Amino acid sequence: MLRYTGRRLLEAVPLLLGIVTLTFILLHVAPGDPTTAYFNPNIPPDVLEQMRRNLGLDRPLPVQYLDWLRSFFTGHFGYSFSQHRPVAAVIGDALPNTLLLSGVSLVLIFVLGCAVGIVQAVRQYSALDQVLTVGALTLYSVPGFWLGLMLILLVSAPAVSSWLHLPISGMTSIGYDSMGTWGRIWDQVRHLVLPTIALGLASAAGVARYMRGSMLEVIRQDYIRTARAKGLGEREVILGHALRNALLPVVSLLGLYLPLLFGGTVVIEVVFSWPGMGRLLYDGILARDYPVVMAATFLFGALVVAGNLVSDLLYAAVDPRVRYGER
Amino acid sequence: MSGRERDPQGGGPGPDANVGAPRRPEGPGAVLADYLLPGARAALAGRAAGTAVLGAWVLLWGVGVLRAGRVAATLRGGVVDEWVALATLVIGLAACPRAARRWLAPVLRREGGGVADGAWGPAAGGGGPVDWEAFGRHRQAAVGLVLLGALILVALLTPYLAPYDPNAQHAVVATRFLSPSAAHPLGTDRFGRDVLSRALYGARISLSIGFVAVAIAISIGTLVGAGAGMAGGALDTVSMRGVDLLLSFPRLVLLIALVALFEPGIALVTLVLGVTGWMGTARIVRGQVLSIREEEYVQAARALGFGRWRVLTRHVLPNALTPVIVAATLGVGNTILAEAALSFLGLGVQPPTASWGNMVASGRDVMLHAWWIAAFPGVAIVLTVVSFNLVGDGLRDALDPRRTGRLR
Repeated sequence: MLRYTGRRLLEAVPLLLGIVTLTFILLHVAPGDPTTAYFNPNIPPDVLEQMRRNLGLDRPLPVQYLDWLRSFFTGHFGYSFSQHRPVAAVIGDALPNTLLLSGVSLVLIFVLGCAVGIVQAVRQYSALDQVLTVGALTLYSVPGFWLGLMLILLVSAPAVSSWLHLPISGMTSIGYDSMGTWGRIWDQVRHLVLPTIALGLASAAGVARYMRGSMLEVIRQDYIRTARAKGLGEREVILGHALRNALLPVVSLLGLYLPLLFGGTVVIEVVFSWPGMGRLLYDGILARDYPVVMAATFLFGALVVAGNLVSDLLYAAVDPRVRYGER
Repeated sequence: MSGRERDPQGGGPGPDANVGAPRRPEGPGAVLADYLLPGARAALAGRAAGTAVLGAWVLLWGVGVLRAGRVAATLRGGVVDEWVALATLVIGLAACPRAARRWLAPVLRREGGGVADGAWGPAAGGGGPVDWEAFGRHRQAAVGLVLLGALILVALLTPYLAPYDPNAQHAVVATRFLSPSAAHPLGTDRFGRDVLSRALYGARISLSIGFVAVAIAISIGTLVGAGAGMAGGALDTVSMRGVDLLLSFPRLVLLIALVALFEPGIALVTLVLGVTGWMGTARIVRGQVLSIREEEYVQAARALGFGRWRVLTRHVLPNALTPVIVAATLGVGNTILAEAALSFLGLGVQPPTASWGNMVASGRDVMLHAWWIAAFPGVAIVLTVVSFNLVGDGLRDALDPRRTGRLR
């Protein structure tokens, strides 16, 4: 396992290097450079030239590239022009919020998706199965931003808001600083409800479809017949014997859904004013704050690479064949 | 035997006549029915394709009759959009009876009055690697196909269907934020523009961006995948590492970063969606090529001294493309979702051009007192993406005999 982990870690390094390089190329194929894009057009050319020199944009490309590379490995992502503070600090504020939102969504995606998929497989061809199949197919096709808006509409309707008080934007309420520890946690949980659903529901539907198929395949196996034949209850057969094997292929879905999840945070964070990386990227683009945009793009890529690494290791941990197959 | 299973026009013979008689002559009633109400016989036999043809026929006539004024206006000199709609109308009206005769009638005849199971479509009986018979029996796929056909028809006919000009603003104060009514079935937006008309024009934008972007993506993906698979060695390794690299960006993040660097617009969005969507296809094609390369018929072609290019284009690629069709169908749905998200963020199709994404965005601020502006375009997105997913799933099942249930 250690050997496998080491190999996978080493494989991630060229990927990260590639991501840094790609963001660099992106920045330099754009017409114009950062100074022309967001500075006042009335600035005299010699001042602009000075700014360019200060930003290091007059140096040869290879030098700039090495500098860019170094900045990523030292964590100095440069200086945000719109927020007037180092990009590392800006990201330091936003990253935990995105990780919280996407982490909770990930739990929702897999727990809800697997549960629904199992129920469908156990009751194959029942009315419930058919309703859930149609429901999952529809949900799978719903754009997250629209689902978010409809959820806001729903909880704002008088009939609902009279008994369900859910905040529709931001991460904390106004009096957050004066709350006790439990009050703060409860406040955050309430703020998390809607964004989590909007971000995760479509993917949960995808997992449910996959889980149903995986479970159905396992239920047909001989060892399940054996388990039934020796007189185990249905509950024990499904949860004790079938589930573990049906979950295996679903774990590999993690790598597929992570990019989708992180991409979704951009839209969902904008809809719900969640102060995370996606919102940062979006605001950075509106403000033409290139250092922030590039750092955020890089970090999203790095998050996916890290997530894939974790999912591969997880898969190797639950399925020893992967580890032994690699030599 | 219920009445539904009989040929309604009296063309079908008695129950014992269809044993061992695959091809029987039709009565004049059946022929007449196919010209007056094409698809009706198949629809009565419970066939989705019949319903689709009949629906298209009714829709086309309805549009032609109700919008005779606009059709006449096109003839006196219209814009390209209107000529496209007119051509759709004419070709559609000619195609419906032809379709009913050409591929619905033979199927009915073979089955003896039309029993509700079995295949439909021109390729009934199969032939290609896609199992069309399984696809035809796939209920979800049939629903998706009918839905998709209706969407495309509506998009083509939009200039005749839309009750108002999508960008017209008259007496804004009096006509803005009108809730859904008979005059404006889906209400009006903040500038008094008709939401239904804008949603209809949005369908044209979303569908064309989806199709063109996926065409670009499939072309790049096939090229890269086939190149990597045929060449092997270092080229293969390098290009697949590149694919891994691009796949490690969330697509939306890559899209946003790319679009933000240039001026947003329809052409840019289409291009960017195309160049960010090819990686999956490249992987699929490479995998296919790697296995097909070792097949005996490819070895035979090589042994005959055919060049690499000829082997690739004539022998390998045609056999590698079936899973690509599935990926492309599902890809159009995903591309439409991505375009909607970009337009919602203001980085895609720019107002006043209507796209479903920017319509939802424009309704966002006023959602609590004018919900219809944001709600209906979203419904349109869901319907469109669902129909692509249904057809894509159906195609995938038709490709995989294990999943059709025949071997269970």
